[in-house]
Amino acid sequence: MSKKTNDEIVVVPLRHPWRWVSAGLLVLVLGAFVYSLWASPNINHSIIDQYLFSPKVMMAAVLTVVLTIVAMFFGTVLAIIFAVMNLSKNPVLRWVAKGYVGFFRGTPLLLQIVFWGYLGIIYPRIEVIVPFTDIVLFSEATSNVFTAIVAGLIALSLNEGAYAAEIVRAGILSVDSGQAEAAKSLGMSSGYTLRRIVLPQAMRVIIPPMGNEFISMLKSTSLLQVVAVMELYARTSQISSQNLAQVELLVVAGFWYLVMTGILSIPQSYLEKKFGRGFNPAEQKSRWLKFSAKVNA
Amino acid sequence: MNQLPMVDARGIHKSFGSNEVLKGIDLTVNRGEVLCLLGPSGSGKSTFLRCINHLETISGGRLFVDGELIGFHERDGVLYEMKPTDIAQQRREIGMVFQRFNLFPHLTALENVIEAPMGVKGLSKEQAVSKAREVLASVGLAEKADAYPSQLSGGQQQRVAIARALAMEPKLMLFDEPTSALDPELVGDVLDVMRKLAQSGMTMIVVTHEMGFAREVADQVVFMDQGVVVEAGAPSEVLDNPKNARTQAFLRSVI
Repeated sequence: MSKKTNDEIVVVPLRHPWRWVSAGLLVLVLGAFVYSLWASPNINHSIIDQYLFSPKVMMAAVLTVVLTIVAMFFGTVLAIIFAVMNLSKNPVLRWVAKGYVGFFRGTPLLLQIVFWGYLGIIYPRIEVIVPFTDIVLFSEATSNVFTAIVAGLIALSLNEGAYAAEIVRAGILSVDSGQAEAAKSLGMSSGYTLRRIVLPQAMRVIIPPMGNEFISMLKSTSLLQVVAVMELYARTSQISSQNLAQVELLVVAGFWYLVMTGILSIPQSYLEKKFGRGFNPAEQKSRWLKFSAKVNA
Repeated sequence: MNQLPMVDARGIHKSFGSNEVLKGIDLTVNRGEVLCLLGPSGSGKSTFLRCINHLETISGGRLFVDGELIGFHERDGVLYEMKPTDIAQQRREIGMVFQRFNLFPHLTALENVIEAPMGVKGLSKEQAVSKAREVLASVGLAEKADAYPSQLSGGQQQRVAIARALAMEPKLMLFDEPTSALDPELVGDVLDVMRKLAQSGMTMIVVTHEMGFAREVADQVVFMDQGVVVEAGAPSEVLDNPKNARTQAFLRSVI
């Protein structure tokens, strides 16, 4: 604290007794609830210990992460393609993009996953034939190509693409039109302008909601249980159907979901910093300065 | 010596829907000449400037830069729309400076300047950087190379924007009210840079409200109103002895 000078006034701060009362009550209620869970004779701690770090469960957690990353990758690629189509001057491209977004946002993800799982019913075989000849380049039963994991990834990617397309579109629209004009005046092509000038600036707006999408995707992979992909939720519910310790295995699954969403949140702040460069550099620095100032006060 | 004018505009028309903004503009700018375009807002002077590098497509007339028809191919009296790559090729040789700078905020001053020479002209990084340092020094901002636009004042940003355009080694520079968005005390630095550029022999078309600059630097002053050229000539004629009543009224209102 600074030294008191003569013209500094002395003030007794306003007291807030109800803040203390409400905080105390809340801590008490939460504490009681957590204790009741911990002490419950109906929850077997040894089962939780047994499965929390078991290779079966951890492998399933790894699969969940892999599914999330792969689906997000393809979802984002689709999103950029459809966002650009949606902003195109070609009305057919625009309407196809709008239709795609409308269709995949308008039906439940669960339905889409099951649909891709049943693709073999509509198309029993997949064949690639040279047109107007009998030469078959590729022929395989659909179920061998569209395995459960492939079907699940297609469903998650296509669904994600629809949501993320709107996020990317909003990001592109957030960039001032003067930027594209300046790029044009320098002789840049529209593709180059998008890649080097517009998208890097749009990223600043795109990344926070995409962080949300990433976490949402991690949890949505649990829906792949219905097509028998052995990700985290499917694995733990399979175990609990054998040992009937449902709650214990939900605790195990919940623990790993929390760990994974926690870890996935870390790259977001790094990316935000990376793509925020040049925008309010003073502001970026001050967040840390403000914090250290608070600590020192 | 090439005697072709740098810019040759013949009967330029431009309409936005039913709104006719340019109603037949004729003017020529010779090599090394500075032309200042004056006029009240809405007179079409910025639109005309944007037609020169095809940011706006003209609806009538012919526009030549260095003898080359802008935006179209003409064969047997028929105009064919140009491919985007050909238009981009034409724009490389025409620098433009905007009222609101339009620097790329995610790039430093130096990165702003090297982006197009590297990405469009295919210069190596060393070539582009040495050229960029040269043009940044020429606008007096050598020491600001690593600053982001948000760390620069408006006047400095506009000078970086001029440097960015110059790095492409254009044969013509277009300025669209380059000092209108600046605080009054920052206008002088930008005008100094433009004056130096004019002295170095650059062909320039400047849309401006800076009468002092026009009087001192321009070889030709054009006064536009409601989409037509009202009066054109040397600064001493147009600014000091305007013959048209509209020019007289405009000059009274700005001085």
